[in-house]
Amino acid sequence: MRARVLIRPKAGILDPQGVAVERALPALGFGGVANVHVGRLVELDVEDEGQLDAMCRKLLANPLIEDYEIQTVTA
Amino acid sequence: MKLGVITWPGTCDDVDARLAVAKVAEPVALWHGDSDLHGVDGIVVPGGFSYGDYLRAGAIARFSPVMESVIAFARAGGPVLGICNGFQILCEAGLLPGALLPNAKLRFVCRQVDLEVQTTATPFTSTCEVGQRLSIPAKHTTGCFFGDVPSEQVVLRYAPGHNFNGSQDDIAGVVNEQGNVMGLMPHPEHAVDVLTGGSADGLKLFEGMARVPVA
Amino acid sequence: MSPSPDTTASVPGIENAVALGLTRGEYAMVVQEMGGREPNEVELAMFSLLWSEHCAYKHSKKLLRTLPTEGPAVVMGPGENAGAVDVGDGWAVAFKVESHNHPSAVEPFQGAATGVGGILRDIFALGARPIAILDSLRFGEPDSERSRYLLDRAVAGIGHYGNSIGVPTIGGEVVFEAPYETNCLVNAMAIGLARTEDMVRSAAAGVGNVLVLFGASTGRDGIGGASVLASAELDAEDETKRPSVQVGDPFEESKLVECSLELLQSGLLVALQDLGAAGLTSAASEMAAKGEVGLDLDVAKVPLREADMAPFEIMVSESQERMLCVCEPDKVAGVLALCEKWEVNGTAIGTVTEGKRFRILRGDEVVGDMPVSGLVDDAPLYDLAPEKPSAPLYPAPAAVLGFEADVREALIALLSSPNLASRRPLFEQYDSIVQSRTVRRPEEADAAVLYLYDMGEGAPSIAASIDGNGRRVAADPYWGTVGNALECAANLACVGAQPLGTTNNLNFGNPEKPHIAWQLTEAVRGLGDACRALEAPIVGGNVSLYNEGADGPIYPTPVVGMVGLLPDATRAGGLGFTRDGDAIALVGWDGGEAGEGSLAASELSKLRGEALPDGLPEIDVAQVVGVLDAVRAAVRAGELSSAHDIAEGGVLVAVAESCLAGGRGAALDLGDAEDVWTSLFGERSGGFVVSGPREVLERLGTSVPVSILGTVGGDRLDIAISSLSESWPLAELQDANGALAPLFP
Repeated sequence: MRARVLIRPKAGILDPQGVAVERALPALGFGGVANVHVGRLVELDVEDEGQLDAMCRKLLANPLIEDYEIQTVTA
Repeated sequence: MKLGVITWPGTCDDVDARLAVAKVAEPVALWHGDSDLHGVDGIVVPGGFSYGDYLRAGAIARFSPVMESVIAFARAGGPVLGICNGFQILCEAGLLPGALLPNAKLRFVCRQVDLEVQTTATPFTSTCEVGQRLSIPAKHTTGCFFGDVPSEQVVLRYAPGHNFNGSQDDIAGVVNEQGNVMGLMPHPEHAVDVLTGGSADGLKLFEGMARVPVA
Repeated sequence: MSPSPDTTASVPGIENAVALGLTRGEYAMVVQEMGGREPNEVELAMFSLLWSEHCAYKHSKKLLRTLPTEGPAVVMGPGENAGAVDVGDGWAVAFKVESHNHPSAVEPFQGAATGVGGILRDIFALGARPIAILDSLRFGEPDSERSRYLLDRAVAGIGHYGNSIGVPTIGGEVVFEAPYETNCLVNAMAIGLARTEDMVRSAAAGVGNVLVLFGASTGRDGIGGASVLASAELDAEDETKRPSVQVGDPFEESKLVECSLELLQSGLLVALQDLGAAGLTSAASEMAAKGEVGLDLDVAKVPLREADMAPFEIMVSESQERMLCVCEPDKVAGVLALCEKWEVNGTAIGTVTEGKRFRILRGDEVVGDMPVSGLVDDAPLYDLAPEKPSAPLYPAPAAVLGFEADVREALIALLSSPNLASRRPLFEQYDSIVQSRTVRRPEEADAAVLYLYDMGEGAPSIAASIDGNGRRVAADPYWGTVGNALECAANLACVGAQPLGTTNNLNFGNPEKPHIAWQLTEAVRGLGDACRALEAPIVGGNVSLYNEGADGPIYPTPVVGMVGLLPDATRAGGLGFTRDGDAIALVGWDGGEAGEGSLAASELSKLRGEALPDGLPEIDVAQVVGVLDAVRAAVRAGELSSAHDIAEGGVLVAVAESCLAGGRGAALDLGDAEDVWTSLFGERSGGFVVSGPREVLERLGTSVPVSILGTVGGDRLDIAISSLSESWPLAELQDANGALAPLFP
């Protein structure tokens, strides 16, 4: 199956990239922007969907500072 | 002859660039938030980590007020030299072809490298000879050049065995079609004095830039 | 007098105090400080942090008072954010080393990165521009996957922070020993440059003046972090400590550096202080204590990353990249305008008051009210109960080199051993040249050299070194520590620099255990004696105790950092041989009165798996100081082609390193030796391998012991000693020395 893992900074953890982007957008005239967070997207084909969670915890994300969300793209 | 050096929040090598410029011209500090170029005759876009390199190296800096003026200055034929992060910013701004990707080994590398001059038909390399080797330090995480560039726009290539970042065709530095905007990943401003630079080869690029007749 | 805090608010009580690390006796003292009232949540959180080992130095302060801290060059000594020494013409160099051991063991990338960020803030809090970073790292042997992971991520974290902020990482050390397996050491040293008149102290002053917090917003980072973590032995429950990891933002800090320096240069500030361990609690109460004033601080004004934070969380948060300053009321607008220029958040959060009380407000409500002196000055100090252990504390290292191995194999084994292999794969990950001051890059000389061009025509340079051989200190805490300080000074001598001052980081186990107390006591005695002899007073430092894992304590590791001055950068010494035909000499040892190397606790002994000896040979410190003076003078006079101090691995490794650094071979004849192994691989302070014209070396021999060993040239290292001759192609030595490269694929 094709899976998609979305990784983002944990709620409450400092997100320097998000802060930098949040400051930059109004300067370009995009007002009303808040709570910007910058994360990563990993797409992968896996045979055993059951391993995805372990992959995320061990490698794809750093559970100390990041949350992850696993999405199934195709079965 | 006045050469401007731009500073953004997160720029690191602006002081070094001003020291290098001072050897050939009068250095002028330019501020990212000020679109006034203060009558400079050339512009150095220095290295560092503007806006922390967050999102993409150079992606946020290229929208600064000063960049509109830099783009107009470049379009009018003024000499602009982008070094490392400055190269990335000029690529993001569309003034130079190509893009910089993470190094092949994904690590920051700080190393003295040899470059080979490919053409002397640019102001920057007008003080060099074709095939001449320049010993200049490079230091970056995102310096793997990628892009479709005609060979006459390739100004510098890494000498054999010196392309540590995996750049396509060993490309270390390129110019725009008009030849007045140059970008390179290695740091010529860190090779202007043998005491601290290991060589003074980088000075040649600044000498070339300072020789450009004022338009 | 102000209303006292709402005493109906929750009083956590003694059991919670104990959970926060206070003893029952200490809790009773806190209640006494509070005038008989039990502290509420805010007050208890603040007391427990400020009275932690990390903040109050409860087990080390009495010892530290024995160290020499005064000298003609000292501009600022211990007690300020960092120490500073005079480098002439009204300029000063500030420097300090600090540990981030436990945070790095939990999350090595952020732990090491924020360690660098923290020590840099100490430097620019004084008004000095940071100009260099050195780091001192210790891990378990690299055959352990955990150690390789910690090494890789810690190096990446240091690079991430230092490179991004534009401060060169110019030197340091990495050591691999089994006792650091479960408790790695990450010590970082920073150096800054300032005009002496522009430097600022951290004492709050002026009743009515305003407290401005600037930099990053405050989140739940490190709540119960460094201060508690740094005082508790690590165990398998590290996972549960993870949510409070602090994340570093070098971009924010680079703006903070420029903003802070511009604030000071504009004359807008009365005092400046960085926020480190224990966050606002520590920064604000120290400013108040030093200024002998009180403070009112309103937590409702602190910009938060998470809206629902309790007052105590705001007060103890260790969010990084924050500074606290005091300015006069009419300067607040100017301060905030400069913050805006640098895109840094600045907020007035409090005022300086009379009465020496530290009051925490939330809007109009008083949520904490404590005596400043009780928080900062009245933490209990404990006496140690030192006792020399009767049995060895540390198991013998695992043998990797048999006793049957010959000299040829031994040199290869040493050069490729984790502790001696080239550090190139690490230091290439650091920007060592930004700011255009670096005259000697890593592995070009024994110490890094920085040219202070800011000082104008004829500017001097400084040299810096950091060293801390823990195995030798484990064998003999006194002489091992003396050796660490002499090693630093020897590194400086090799580039031509005279020590100006010393900083240190004492990394030890649990001081409540008598044998750890003994290690600590002896080490501090050795450090004091050595620094007095070197006239290199201690201007600052840090103590990290309770460094123990499941397998026992770390090696006692007093890390010594030294900064010295050299008048002429163009004559800075290098370690590589530079000219074929130069004579090579051993300086400082004569095998007689001036002593020679010993295999006790040497690198060779370690590779052979030998247990640590009980004690090291004594050192004639005055004799070593005389040798340092002679070598320094010869380097400054430009007479030597190379100078390299003999450290781990002995004479033969030192010669091999000079060969590799210079890309030139050497032929040595060491004559008859009583013991070939001791002559080639023995270690001791005060020995150097130098090269230069033969007559220069002979002239040097009129003042200090010099024996000519051979000649520079060719592409091999050849030696003859007693009846033995051996020869190695340089390429073979080079290959062996590159052994760490596979650790960084």
